[in-house]
Amino acid sequence: MAHDSQVSYLKYGNQTGLWSWLTTLDHKKIGIMYFISIFIFFFIGGMFALLMRLELLHPEPLFSADQYNQMMTYHGAIMTFMVIIPGVPAFLGNFLLPLMIGAKDVAFPRVNLMSWYCLMIGAAISFATIFFGGVDTGWTFYTPYSLETSGNTIMMVLGAFVMGFSSILTGVNFIVTIHRLRAPGMGFFQMPLMVWALYSTAIIQVVATPVLAITLLLLALEKVFGVGIFDPKLGGDPVLFQHYFWFYSHPAVYIMILPSMGIISELITTFSRKIIFGYRAIVYSTFGIASVSFFVWGHHMFVSGQSYWTGWIFSLLTMLVGVPTAIKAFNWVATMYRGSISFKAPMLFAFGYLFLFSIGGITGIYLAVIPIDVHFHDTYFVVAHFHYVMVGGTLLALTGGLYYWFPKMFGKICSELGSQISFFLIFVGFNVTFFPQFVLGHMGMPRRYHTYLPEFETLNIISTVGSWMIASGFFVTLGVVIYALLKGPKSGDNPWGGTTLEWKTSSPPPHENFETIPTVTGGPYEYGS
Amino acid sequence: MSMAVDHLNGEALHHFPDAHTEFEASKLGIWLFLCTEILMFGGLFVAYFIFHGLYPEAFVEGAKYTDWKLGAANTVVLLFSSLTIALAVHFLQKDNIKAAAVNLAITFGCAALFMLIKGIEYSHKIHEGLLPGRWFSHAKEAQELPTYFAIYFTTTGIHGLHVLIGMALIIWVFIRTIRGGFNSRYYTAVEGVALYWHLVDLVWIFLFPLLYLV
Repeated sequence: MAHDSQVSYLKYGNQTGLWSWLTTLDHKKIGIMYFISIFIFFFIGGMFALLMRLELLHPEPLFSADQYNQMMTYHGAIMTFMVIIPGVPAFLGNFLLPLMIGAKDVAFPRVNLMSWYCLMIGAAISFATIFFGGVDTGWTFYTPYSLETSGNTIMMVLGAFVMGFSSILTGVNFIVTIHRLRAPGMGFFQMPLMVWALYSTAIIQVVATPVLAITLLLLALEKVFGVGIFDPKLGGDPVLFQHYFWFYSHPAVYIMILPSMGIISELITTFSRKIIFGYRAIVYSTFGIASVSFFVWGHHMFVSGQSYWTGWIFSLLTMLVGVPTAIKAFNWVATMYRGSISFKAPMLFAFGYLFLFSIGGITGIYLAVIPIDVHFHDTYFVVAHFHYVMVGGTLLALTGGLYYWFPKMFGKICSELGSQISFFLIFVGFNVTFFPQFVLGHMGMPRRYHTYLPEFETLNIISTVGSWMIASGFFVTLGVVIYALLKGPKSGDNPWGGTTLEWKTSSPPPHENFETIPTVTGGPYEYGS
Repeated sequence: MSMAVDHLNGEALHHFPDAHTEFEASKLGIWLFLCTEILMFGGLFVAYFIFHGLYPEAFVEGAKYTDWKLGAANTVVLLFSSLTIALAVHFLQKDNIKAAAVNLAITFGCAALFMLIKGIEYSHKIHEGLLPGRWFSHAKEAQELPTYFAIYFTTTGIHGLHVLIGMALIIWVFIRTIRGGFNSRYYTAVEGVALYWHLVDLVWIFLFPLLYLV
């Protein structure tokens, strides 16, 4: 048997059984466990989405309004709390962060494992609500409805509370890891941009999530004891709930999007074979977005009775997010300029991201304009907007990142043809699904209803057909991944010619990541001249 | 492998380059955790100020039913316990294990005394029907008096929960101390519990004037 320092982490200590996974402290194995669980959650959340689209295929109801409300709630709650929030940081981040900074593990491996269990326990509690009355509040749990509904909101809130701890613990772990465990010679400005993205994400996770915890706790107290904090009948303030909720949940949007921007930075520089343009500008814009993200929550509440000036200030601050975001987009485009671009599947996802995220971002600026938002509020325009950001942005980046780092995880390479087919299905299907929703929203179709006026039918049929294309695209992804695991050709240590540290060790890496801890002497993206 | 690490002689867990880095990393982790605590309590303080702004008369009336002498006594008790736990860390740094253990025991005693006084206050209020929600039965001048007590019981209740968790942690490091688990080269857990305990103290220092001395 090869020496411990060379044998793959997957076979370390000859431990491959289920128990060795469930008790592992290796960040790579924990990352893979996140991968599997998040993939399963994603398919469950996606199933609810498909059912919703099926209901909306025709105006004649297929399900009852209550069933539709529940499907909508589970789709939203699963996709936000269990898929997109942990998706990039907890899965890819866990696997990559120590590798990218030349460390042997994250700072607190036990806490890392604990955070996976928090996600699992929280998810189990949330799923259990399906059998204990169901939840129909939407993932936002808005008061006063959430106080009045007979659904099992308390249990769902408890699940989200526990999953919040998972997010907090991951954030704390990552910040400490980045501060204390960088390889010798790696200053902050020699870190790959993915690490910067994870760092700023972790800060938001640590700062914002506790506010969600206290919000959900107060909601549960209100629901159980009727203490009069949110319930207007008891002198409470239901709008206060919205303030609390969005104080977390708007920054949470950046927990979802910032790490995906890190992925895109890595993909574009690798597949253009060119040093990233404006490294520092991307770093500062990452922090620009993270800081502004805490001061824009009011844009969810333009019609909730905020004062004129509050709305005005939130509107202005929201538009400000466009500046650092555009800085990133222009830097990515400038990186490609005169680069030697290869159109491999991960790069296609990066292109798809640039296109879709730009639409998502620009419609975000429309919605920041109060008169337009008053018109579009609670219509399908908003639904289309945030799906362009969350799916067109985060999920595309995550899938591209999966194809890109898959060889590092398992030493196998995904079928290029299969990956490209999945890209085209997802990309085209996504636009077929969500572009009509911009039009529908513009025509005034409200969101969260299980039926609609007959004149919206054609566009809804197009949208539902698109949802089937997206689903088939992700099934192709699943097939590609399983095929690569079983029969994929060996990838070699660095199949894409990446320059960051994770490509300097073997694929899959050994238990302690590097045979000897590397010493860093230059920047992260130095391609041979 | 990580099980057999001899921390007392300056060894570190396998993924840290040295013991100093491990100590600094653990401390940074605790500090970040304390940030999350501050933000969580921050949410409660926001609720306090919102409702104080909406219903000032309820807060003036509510504070009359609190006993500032018991609150002040608890403030002194907690402040003193912050001193003793800081001394425990100090004595460990000097390898004076016995003095450290004594100070941890005093800290635990103070925490228990705090909970005892808190319990006396709670039982008075519950007896008088001041518990908010469906139990509220006390006469009231201000219509929103229950809201004051909702804030009172939520903030002091969550703070009390933190004291109880702190007590469990203090017992844990106390037992490890008397079993010789710490010395001047390794006292990370005690340092962490002490930092946490200072935060519990700090939160109370804000709660006392806000709730008792409106």
